[in-house]
Amino acid sequence: MLCRGKTGGETAMHGLVNRSIQRFVSDTYGTAQWHTVTRLAGLDFTEFEAMLEYQQTHTPALLDAIATTLNRSRASVMEDIGTYLVTHPDFEAVRRLLRFGGVDFVDFLHSLDDMRDRARLAVPELGLPALELHAHPDQTYSLQCYSDIKGYGHVMMGVMRVMADDYGALALFDHTGQHNGAEVVSITLVAVDFAEGRSFELGRVTG
Amino acid sequence: MTSTSIESVLDALCPMHLVVSATGHITHAGPTAQKLCAHTDLRTMRFLEVFNVKRPRAVTQFADLASSQDLKLHLELRRPPRTSLKGIIVPMLDSHDAQDGASIINLSFGISIIDGVRDYSLTNADFAATDLAIEMLYLVEAKTAAMEASRRLNIRLQGAKIAAEEQAFTDTLTGLKNRRALDTVLKRLLDSSSFFAVMQIDLDYFKAVNDTLGHAAGDHVLQTVARIMVEETRGNDIVARVGGDEFTIVLPDVRCDDVLRLVAHRIIDRLKAPIPFQGEDCRVSASIGTVWMQSGNAPSLEELLSDADLALYASKHAGRARQTLYSPELRSVANSISPPQGRTRGTR
Repeated sequence: MLCRGKTGGETAMHGLVNRSIQRFVSDTYGTAQWHTVTRLAGLDFTEFEAMLEYQQTHTPALLDAIATTLNRSRASVMEDIGTYLVTHPDFEAVRRLLRFGGVDFVDFLHSLDDMRDRARLAVPELGLPALELHAHPDQTYSLQCYSDIKGYGHVMMGVMRVMADDYGALALFDHTGQHNGAEVVSITLVAVDFAEGRSFELGRVTG
Repeated sequence: MTSTSIESVLDALCPMHLVVSATGHITHAGPTAQKLCAHTDLRTMRFLEVFNVKRPRAVTQFADLASSQDLKLHLELRRPPRTSLKGIIVPMLDSHDAQDGASIINLSFGISIIDGVRDYSLTNADFAATDLAIEMLYLVEAKTAAMEASRRLNIRLQGAKIAAEEQAFTDTLTGLKNRRALDTVLKRLLDSSSFFAVMQIDLDYFKAVNDTLGHAAGDHVLQTVARIMVEETRGNDIVARVGGDEFTIVLPDVRCDDVLRLVAHRIIDRLKAPIPFQGEDCRVSASIGTVWMQSGNAPSLEELLSDADLALYASKHAGRARQTLYSPELRSVANSISPPQGRTRGTR
């Protein structure tokens, strides 16, 4: 059965977000677990369409249902979602698009400020949360995440861990909680050129 | 400013530039420009040996280019893969050494950026930080991914639409039941061996309306006819459109054939009246063949429809705009004239 699109009026969440959550659960834990999650979240459907919009309330309901179903904290689930998004071969486009942000990991960190605008160029309705990177002395940074979805900082932590590997950098990440309406992730850069990193060619033929 | 520092400034601001002397010799190539000719140092080449000038047209010597009023260049590399390039040429003003009359030519891939980046294995570092090339590549990839997701959604929606249509019981043009709905109803009635009747109705002269007044007029006639049939039947009768201008009415609980005569008479009568459409009168009429099923005789669905077709054929043969009630004698009469052509049952 096809998904239910948003009926209009209420705040929308782009299907790409829910579809990613669906793929994360079904790929990692199986379709049966995903169906359990959707039931627990009070949905009467199981398939999200990437290019439709849904009511905003589905997303936190799903995240809570996943945590309950897997008997894990929502924070760790959200970090795993971040990791999944930039490591799963089917989401290679996400990793590549993030790599466009910078030539090295520091460059990449600074490009997170523009992530929302870049994403909007590609999918105008996506509405990713605003991110702000602040540089501090001694190669430390903090990333402020302004999201309506609680725990988004953990998603970004998962993404940044993988991207650090991708660039061959060594960095430590710590979610330091909520400050002035933003979730803050602190980043300590240990080495920019720690390892070889994964190759990235601008001119790959897309397909 | 020494010429060395001018060149390093240019290398940073526009890494795809060339400095060309008045004689047409390349004296300096920006780092990205040099990547266009991996195996040869561009500084040993003349500009026109490396590039074919497509615009301005008919350039045979470099002096023509340097003196051209048109600053915009369309170039093509002479060696494969013959990359197309855009260029802009400006005279080098502040040249106080041996470069009098030199020009700076800045190059860009323009729309061939995707091929260019792939063919010459370029990276972010090959473009100035202000160059939008990377954003362009980003956009192309991002939009390609988004379009692919939309395309897959469209394919799934198309599949769902077809599936829904296949399961549908409604004729979309008239809102009447369709053949699938009709078959379902008839099978149920045949199984319950009750009293009921089936009217096969063909519109006479409908093709002429379509041919002379167009499909819009034809559609209007079909919708009007459908409305009339619904108005002239009882609430529990089922009116279906089963082909282009073919209708079937199922009348449950028919205890005497007077009802059939009455309904058919009213439909035929009302359809005789012209149907106005955009100032034109559309004229059709109805030929009807009816089978009255009485409890006890239980033919198959195919036999039932064949009997109704035969009665319809008799109405057409007798001059149209009338109803014929099926009786077994019709079959022998029909056979003696010509074999009745049953209405084609679509397989859809």
